[in-house]
Order: sequence, then structure tokens, then C-alpha cells
Amino acid sequence: MNKLVKLFITSISAITLALVSFSSSFAKVEGDYIVLGSAISLTGKYSSNGVHTQNGYNMAVDRINKMGGVEVQGKKYKFEIIYYDDESNPKRAAQLAERLIKQDGVHYMLGPYSSGLTKAIAPVTEKYKIPMVEANGASRSLFTKGYKYLFAVLSPANQYLEVAIDLAVEKNGGKGVKIAQAFEQDAFSQDVRLGILDAAKRTGSEIIIDDKLPKELNDMAATLAKVKATKPDVLVVSGHTKGALTAIRQISEMKVDVPMLAMTHCDAAKLSKQHGKKSEYALCASQWHKNLSYKDKFFGSGKKYAKDFQKEFGYDPPYQSAESSAALLVFKDAFERANSFDRDAVRDALVDTEMQTFYGNIKFGPGGQNVAKPMILFQVRCKGDDCENRVVAPTKWASDKFYHPIPKWSERS
Amino acid sequence: MDFLIFKAPMLMVQASLDGILLGILFALIAYGMALQWGVMNIINIAQGDLVILGGYIAYTMYLAGIHPAWGVIVSPIIMFFVGWALYKLVINKVVDRDLFISILATFGIAIVFQQLMNFIFGADVVVAQSEYGTTMLFDNSVTLPNSKIFSAFISVLYAVALVIYMKKSKLGRAIRATAQNARAAKILGVDTEKVYAATFGINAALCGIAGALISITLTLHPYVGLPYTVRSFMIVIVAGLGNLPAVALSGMGLGLFEEFADYILGTEFRIGAVFMLLVFILVYRRFKLSKKREYLK
Repeated sequence: MNKLVKLFITSISAITLALVSFSSSFAKVEGDYIVLGSAISLTGKYSSNGVHTQNGYNMAVDRINKMGGVEVQGKKYKFEIIYYDDESNPKRAAQLAERLIKQDGVHYMLGPYSSGLTKAIAPVTEKYKIPMVEANGASRSLFTKGYKYLFAVLSPANQYLEVAIDLAVEKNGGKGVKIAQAFEQDAFSQDVRLGILDAAKRTGSEIIIDDKLPKELNDMAATLAKVKATKPDVLVVSGHTKGALTAIRQISEMKVDVPMLAMTHCDAAKLSKQHGKKSEYALCASQWHKNLSYKDKFFGSGKKYAKDFQKEFGYDPPYQSAESSAALLVFKDAFERANSFDRDAVRDALVDTEMQTFYGNIKFGPGGQNVAKPMILFQVRCKGDDCENRVVAPTKWASDKFYHPIPKWSERS
Repeated sequence: MDFLIFKAPMLMVQASLDGILLGILFALIAYGMALQWGVMNIINIAQGDLVILGGYIAYTMYLAGIHPAWGVIVSPIIMFFVGWALYKLVINKVVDRDLFISILATFGIAIVFQQLMNFIFGADVVVAQSEYGTTMLFDNSVTLPNSKIFSAFISVLYAVALVIYMKKSKLGRAIRATAQNARAAKILGVDTEKVYAATFGINAALCGIAGALISITLTLHPYVGLPYTVRSFMIVIVAGLGNLPAVALSGMGLGLFEEFADYILGTEFRIGAVFMLLVFILVYRRFKLSKKREYLK
């Protein structure tokens, strides 16, 4: 009996102790720190972009903390982020979001990498009314669900390649063009496709090939043979990095001549590095480029950001890093305007966001998407074997002229 | 449905050649699978991941400035020892157990391999450049990448070499004997343990060759192994075990079928069509078997 009582007392005290330590971590703001949470892909198939995202977040946290932090009610606070590895798995990401909110007491979230994972986390943050600023989920369906606590600093997926169709029509003297398109069957690529359908309708263009690429895509020879036979004015391909690399490999091998080739994920695929000259003239959609003329007081300009990032992490920042850094700037701005740590006050402040960052203008539409920043297009251009991405549209930021039409393979050296 | 292919005969030629060239490469992977399935009664779910690992070996050579085509010699040598080690570590413990255990074990190996490759080579999609150029036929209307022709040629070369080796060499005979009856082979003095290890090593080496060829014809990524496993599984199911000409034919047939399904039904049904074919073949086989059984009664 005595033993049982002892056991009882021990377990009670253990539970109490656990509860005490549990509740002490139940604070969104600890001392001088505002704690943000993020589930991020550090392993698994998204790990490289996950790391780009994390580096972007970390860079901004360092910079904001160094430059005085966030001022709320006269007191200066610093940012701190709790990260968990979601293993590139949506289910795991949703679990981790729950854990961040319920166990770690996080009241403000930063997004994961990719549309799929953001989709998995958004219902959780919405349920607990946790404001989430995300920088890597572009799928249109994220912004049509009526989420009130989701804010995306990037342009939605359907805008990725619309500009390319406009450009093709412009080059065709305002007349509609013939479009061949091949998209992977995932949420993001299908959203890009919807954008093209809209643009085709708007410009009176005709879609002559509309292929859906399987997820385990590694061969698009059939699509390209059809392109060769039907001679469209534009070929549009979107299938993440694998799609971009496969397309360039097979277009060059099969000597497919199209006047214009538009794609997504060129910089993530390191297209110009992996395929060199073969990727020349490819037109690529991008959220950001370092040469754009946006400015802010934390990072200065895009060029300065790229330089600092290179110094810190040893590689040129892809747009995934830049947009992630921008997410922190948005949070800082919202906290200061809300002048409070009340979640709803912060959420309301986020709704009213209207600012310029080195990454671009940010203003959230009713669905939470950024409506103030256009997508840009760059074209791969080579000098000898050295290839780089040059901005060609929109004209306001174009550093180079858009090269059209793409020379035939027989004329390319 | 799209019947463009019937209006343009050149597309038909293109599709057929693409399908056959790719099919030969798949047949090589399938042959490895058939070999170790026949000898050891193991369905290797990690087959595709061995292929990708072989590809990464060639890719590493490419990064070091060596032409990736040399991978077809280096990769199988390394992969043979990888296979051998894998046998000694894991497979020898499941080789006598039922099929389900071996599927589970190799599934586990597949996951470990994927994560290891992700850890070592990163999650980016990569390609190795062979710079082999293109062969143009029929006034440039049919194009064949030389890398694909090269890969088909190498696949045939290795397959023929393997058949001769299996027929003529001592180890080859031992492998065939073990496949026919492991117990009898053991009684007659064949070291079946060694035969199993060698078989698994040879399978891994075949995967290594295929991987090196894939690095110059398609793309590499730590997580794309599974489709290769599924395809080779399908080819083996259709062709049966231990019959190389049938494996080669069924590989080419599958390649052709895939290409034509792509043109006619659309790219999105390419893989689906292959699965439908598998279901059809399995049902047909069952139907034939059940007929036979009735006779026996």
C-alpha cells in the first residue's frame, strides 16, 4: 500500500511538473523574443528548396534583429523561429503545425515550402486562428478557400506564364497564336495551365496541343514529336524542375523548332548551368530577379540582397529565398502597425499591408494572395558557354530585349 | 482520343523507334529482376533505386570531368559490390522466407537508398551531358537522339554477354542449376550461398549499367526509382522468368505500347494504359489456366 501511495505521489508530481513546464512555453512572446514557427522540408524531395526557404527566413531574422528588431508598445523585440523538419510530407507538415501551435505555443506561423505542403498546413492555422505569412505556396486554390489567416507574399500560380502568351500575341502583331502546352498533373502546374487557358481566351489564341504529363514523367518525346508535326507559335511547359530539364534535353536532342518556349522552374533547375547553351532562348517565369529596382531599408536593393546572401550562404539567392525573406519584413511591419501581440489585431494589420520590399510591392487581395507584384519573365542568354538569365518582361524592368523568334536548331552553333 | 498519329506516317515511325529504344533499356533492368526472381524467389522493390544509384555514379564521374558514358563500365563494377554487400547484410536473411517478407525487406532497402541518395547527392533533378548529338532520318522529320541509340546498343551488348556467360561459365551454370533446384544443386556441391550473392551482385550491376544510360538519356532524382521497378516488374510478369528473348521482346512491346498510348490516348494515360495492359494480361492468363484445370479434372 505504501508503495502504491508513493507511486501515486510521484506520478502526480511528474504530471504537475510537466504541466508547469508546458504552460510556461505557452507564450507567443518570450522575454524579448517574438516566436514564430515553421514546418519546413529539410529532408525529402523538397529539401533543396526547403533549405533555400529556411536560409531566406534566417537571413531576414538576423537582419531585422541587428537593425533594432520589432517595436511594439515602445519595447523592442527580436524574432526567433522554431523549425521542424516536415520531411516533404504533407501529413507530417500538418502534424507539425499542430505541434507548433498546441505544444510550443506559437501564435504566428511562417509557411513551408511548396503549394502542396501549404495546403496541408493552412486548414490547421485557420482552425486555431493563427496568422500565417507564407512565401512558397502559389497554387490558386489556396486563395479561393476563403482563408482569413493566410497571407502569401508571392503572385498566384495562374499568373506565372500569362505574360508569355501576351508577349507572343504582341510579336504576332496582336493576332492570336497557336499554343502547344504540356503540364504536369499537380496542383501548381494545373494552375499555371488555367492561367494559360484564360490568356488564350482573352487573346483569341488557339490551343492545339494540351498534354498532361504524368507525375513520374521522364520522357516527353511523344509530346515533342506532336509539336514538331503541328508547328505551334508557342510551346509552354510546366512540370517543376524535372519538367524543365527533360524538356530542354529532349527539345535539343529532337531538334524541335518553336519560335517561343516558355517554362517554369528554370532557376530552381539550374537550367543554364546544367544544360548550358541548349537552354538558350528559353523564357522563364520568376517571382523575383535581383536586377529589379524595388527597395527597402533592411536589404537595400535586390542586388545588395543577392550580394549579402552570397556572402552568408555561398550561393546566389534563388527567388525562393528572396520571397521567404520578404515574409519576415511583412510580419515586422504588421506587428508594428498593430502595436499589439493580439492575434486578431496582427491579422487585421496584415490585411492592411501595403509596402515595398526589395522583393517587390506587397498588398494582399481578399483571398490572401499578393496582388501588387507582377510576375517577371527572363530569357536564358549565352555568351560562349556562359549562360545567364536576363529579364525581358515586363518592359518596365527589362534589362534586355526579348529575342524572338528562337533561331532554328540548324542555324544554331 | 487523338488520331494525329495515323494522319502523319512519320509520327508513327518516330513513335515506334522511340518506343523500341526505350523498351530495350527497360528490358535490361527487367532481365536483372527476372534473374534474381528466378534464382532466389525475391521480388526486389529496390530495383529502381539501384538503377538510380548507378546513374548517380555516372553523374559523379561527369561532374569530375570524365565522360558519363564510361559509367557503363565503372558503374556496374561498383554496383556489383553494392549488390553483394546488400545480399550479405539483408537479403541472405530473407532468401528462404516467403515472398512477402522479401518484398518488405527490399521495400525497406528502397527507402534507405532513397534517403541516402538524397543526403549525398541532394534533392535536385540532375542530368549528365553526353553531347552525342542527333541522328536525323527521312529528311529531318524523324529524329533519334544518339544517346538513346547508344543506350540501346550497350543494353543489347551486355545482355548478349550475360547470356553467353550464363551458358558457358562455371558460375553461370551454377546459377542456372540453383534456379532449377536449389536443394539438388547444394547436394551436388554448388555453394548456393555464393551463387545467391553473385546473382544479386549481377542484378545490381545490370541496374548500374541501366542507371548510367539513364543519366545520359533521361533525368536523375533520388525519388524516381519506383517507376523503373514497376516497369521491370511488368515486363517480367508478361515474359516469365529466366527467358531473355521473351524479356527483350516484352520490353520492346511495352515501350511501343506506351508510346502509342501516349499519342492516341494522351500523355496523361500513358502509365494508366500500361497498368490496364497488365490487368488484362493477368486476367487472360488466369482464364487460360482455369481452362487447363478443367481439362485436368
